[in-house]
Amino acid sequence: MKFEGTKDYIATEDLRIAVNAAVTLERPLLIKGEPGTGKTVLAEEVSKALKMPLITWHIKSTTKAQQGLYEYDAITRLRDSQLGDEKVKDIKNYIKQGKLWEAFESNERPILLIDEIDKADIEFPNDLLQELDRMEFFVYETNETIKATKRPVVIITSNNEKELPDAFLRRCFFHYISFPDAETMEKIVDVHYPKIKSKLVAESLKVFYELRDVPGIKKKPSTSELLDWLKLLMNEDIKPEMLREKNANNLIPPLHGALLKNEQDVHLFERLAFLARRENG
Amino acid sequence: MFVNFFHELKNANLPVSLREYLTLLEAMDKGIPNRKIEEFYYLSRSTLVKDEKNLDKFDQVFGHVFKGLESLESDEIAEIPEEWLKTLNEKFLTEEEKQKIESMGGWDKLMEELKKRLEEQEKRHEGGSKWIGTGGTSPYGSDGYNPEGIRIGQKENKNYKAVKVWDKREFKNLDKDVEIGTRNIKVALRRLRKFARDGAADTLDLPGTIKNTADKGYLDISLVPERRNKVKVLLFFDIGGSMDMHVKLCEELFSAAKTEFKNMESFYFHNCLYESVWKDNRRRHTEKIDTWDILHKYSSDYKVIFVGDASMSPYEITYPGGSVEHWNEEAGAEWLQRITDIYQNVIWINPVETKHWEFTPSTQIISQIISDRMYPLTLDGLDKGMKELSRNK
Repeated sequence: MKFEGTKDYIATEDLRIAVNAAVTLERPLLIKGEPGTGKTVLAEEVSKALKMPLITWHIKSTTKAQQGLYEYDAITRLRDSQLGDEKVKDIKNYIKQGKLWEAFESNERPILLIDEIDKADIEFPNDLLQELDRMEFFVYETNETIKATKRPVVIITSNNEKELPDAFLRRCFFHYISFPDAETMEKIVDVHYPKIKSKLVAESLKVFYELRDVPGIKKKPSTSELLDWLKLLMNEDIKPEMLREKNANNLIPPLHGALLKNEQDVHLFERLAFLARRENG
Repeated sequence: MFVNFFHELKNANLPVSLREYLTLLEAMDKGIPNRKIEEFYYLSRSTLVKDEKNLDKFDQVFGHVFKGLESLESDEIAEIPEEWLKTLNEKFLTEEEKQKIESMGGWDKLMEELKKRLEEQEKRHEGGSKWIGTGGTSPYGSDGYNPEGIRIGQKENKNYKAVKVWDKREFKNLDKDVEIGTRNIKVALRRLRKFARDGAADTLDLPGTIKNTADKGYLDISLVPERRNKVKVLLFFDIGGSMDMHVKLCEELFSAAKTEFKNMESFYFHNCLYESVWKDNRRRHTEKIDTWDILHKYSSDYKVIFVGDASMSPYEITYPGGSVEHWNEEAGAEWLQRITDIYQNVIWINPVETKHWEFTPSTQIISQIISDRMYPLTLDGLDKGMKELSRNK
């Protein structure tokens, strides 16, 4: 069982090694990288490629580790007890399984995606140490131990908003998805829009990388933004020549809204365009 | 097996542990890297490095430790057994060529000559007409033009690509000791966020409600105040003069900081803090704010961050009237002392590299006044600074 990338997803060699190491050694894989470099998509693609079911657990700032294991719904039980419901006698009726439980009890070996782990409280990763390490946890209410029948492949993504604790990191494989170079980027574009004119791709990639290199730009456009932009270019049937035109009015690329996401950057470009116009007389 | 490598990583201050080393060995045992040096590099990288800021350091250590691979390759050329070359000779050389070898004094002579040159030659060699290597016109080495040349050690170098991968050091700008961009600053500053419950009780306290209900036997709803970010910050930016080259970085810091705190006030000063500061650099001479007003207005639980290069003449700090711009009644040191007396948490962030600090007396004076709480404008420095700021005394 080896992950080699899929027809929709270009995986660089270092990424493939990291994924395969995590799958073989049954340890979590921590993925970091610029926003829009395909961290979350990776889990979906690994699931497709290895034909394993995908269980996704999206983390929010309010998510607690316990919610991934199970939740005891005390309020419903309280209400039921006042109504004299028969269900109340068995505590099991009020235990709600979390995503980890679901993954541990899955018949096939699943992929568990813990998405954006850095969004949660700083203690969150620490609370999951044992569970991810031994792949088992204890349910106090019912006195049972839930143990993974088949150790799931755990993929964790982080946007680096919080530092993760060392003890947690020690147990993971780590991969930093760096921004793809022009060659890889062409492959990625090719996978998403096979019918796109290669000339348009070449020109737009040039514009794109130039844009990323503009000093002082606040939010550099990423892969997903490039793909959106190309889609728009195709929709509007923009000619490659239009991208190449370097006269003053066209210094800001057409449909830049897909690439530049904040007004300071747009202003910066307008200023640069203005300077260029003045230079050209 | 790779203990040396592991120790080198440890010596380079990379946070690697035995557990990770064992994981690496386990992965090697399971045959994940396919006996290819690149794959080993990628595997060890994902096992031993857990933070992108350390990737560059790792690349350097890897390049250093496994540099042997390159020399191994050149050893290969030097240590080709004679017999092997002889069989090669029989296999690949035409009669005509063999005669040409004879013209150099025969096979033995050629080998002798080869040995001699190998001894003379110290480094791997490319081009040229005498030394052994590739692509030259010397009779030794490979791909030469000399009909007398023999082909030795010409073998595709599989290591080369991988060596290049880490030699590229593409993660250099993620290194924590390198200066930083807006996003990185944000991450570092986030350290400071401290949520505390404050204000009106308007959020339902679910666990509290359940507990109270169970205790009392009827539904008893309890409320708690919402959690809010309580950190208050005063920022002082040094502007003009020697700081101009750092202004861009400082502006980044400023814009990043803006979104992080609920209460943040920023002021500008020039070189050293005196009796007045200003809020808008364009109107610095007309709209001055009395520093005393600031000290009175903002309570002592504000955290104070100075951003400045602290490079000036020592007189500007220690003597009244030392300022280069105006006559100051009291020395800058007095004002800095007042700040540190009132506010518990004060740090000074210096965009100048740490190694230059000791050569600037003014930097040392200021550092002394704020009791060594001066940090460089790197991710590491900011991190330390934020830790210092969030410390409660």
